[in-house]
Amino acid sequence: MSDASINSAVVAAPGEAGFADYFALLKPRVMSLVVFTAFVGLYAAPGGVHPVVGLAALIFIALGGGASGALNMWWDADIDRVMRRTRNRPIPAGRITESEAFAFGMTLSAMAVVLLWLATNPLAALMLAFTIFFYVVIYTMWLKRWTPQNIVIGGAAGAFPPMIGWAAATGNVSIEAVLMFALIFMWTPPHFWALALFMRSDYDEAGVPMLTVTHGRRATRAHILAYAVALAVLALATGFTAVGGPVYLSVSLLFNALFLNRAWRVWRRDETAAAADGYRAEKALFRLSLYYLFAHFGAIAAEAALAPFGTGGW
Amino acid sequence: MALSRQHDLHKRRFSRNLGLGLVLVALVALIFGLTVVKVSTKGFTRPLAGEESQ
Repeated sequence: MSDASINSAVVAAPGEAGFADYFALLKPRVMSLVVFTAFVGLYAAPGGVHPVVGLAALIFIALGGGASGALNMWWDADIDRVMRRTRNRPIPAGRITESEAFAFGMTLSAMAVVLLWLATNPLAALMLAFTIFFYVVIYTMWLKRWTPQNIVIGGAAGAFPPMIGWAAATGNVSIEAVLMFALIFMWTPPHFWALALFMRSDYDEAGVPMLTVTHGRRATRAHILAYAVALAVLALATGFTAVGGPVYLSVSLLFNALFLNRAWRVWRRDETAAAADGYRAEKALFRLSLYYLFAHFGAIAAEAALAPFGTGGW
Repeated sequence: MALSRQHDLHKRRFSRNLGLGLVLVALVALIFGLTVVKVSTKGFTRPLAGEESQ
């Protein structure tokens, strides 16, 4: 027996995962969205904070978001093993045990909330704690496997970061913070339903009640268009508040026109046409939705950046 | 024959130790920075020794 054959037989024991595995538990791609939107909330808030406090707040908000991602992977390990997209996550792949992920998520959650409290204020910390609770308990444990509206209500968890950022800077919540929350809240359903349209088999096999499965794909296409219309109204209305301005409004007009157009195309198609070209319109809508959110929050940040020069805002 | 030092398990262990070490150093630096900012902000008051014991 050669050395190589002995070594290849060694299986990672619990607690032997690499740093990258633990980092993957934090769902870094989701975390990047959390960091970006929380930053915009913090940056656009009136008054402003010391850069070190702002940086600390962002890191702790990201840590809280990552911790909830780890707890989500702990609870969803059974369905992650079934879905192609999630089969290589650290728990289904056997690199981290479920109890390790649970301990990791709980510890980081507590750390993130306490540290955010000490760095900023109790309101921001309580909102972060509520966000973790909402994502893990309300969305992951309850709604995700129970109702096809899981994405709609669960999307609220992803919508909290800009509001937490705003609260970290000001100690309160205003209409602008609520509108930033609402923007992500309304954006999440069309974003995920577009994904569900072309990743259909995965959700079917895992038994997750996606709208595409329970109400059919025709209804999902209609839902996407309805949400796109509501989102456009909301996004444009935000342009007339204190965080809006000419730059934001121009960006919002452009992206809402594009988004409505894409949603319209997805609505008009039937399954045969979509399958024929490999779900091109659905994939295009999904891709555009990523740029859409980035552009809107980028524009809010741009208005805040222009404010000292007297050109930002109204 | 002993297991190779360069086995994947050793690499994973090293990456975890190095990563955790760097994260802890960064956390210490961040909390130190926060402390400096907090105590040098206007309005920060240090309780007097007499008040503390009461």
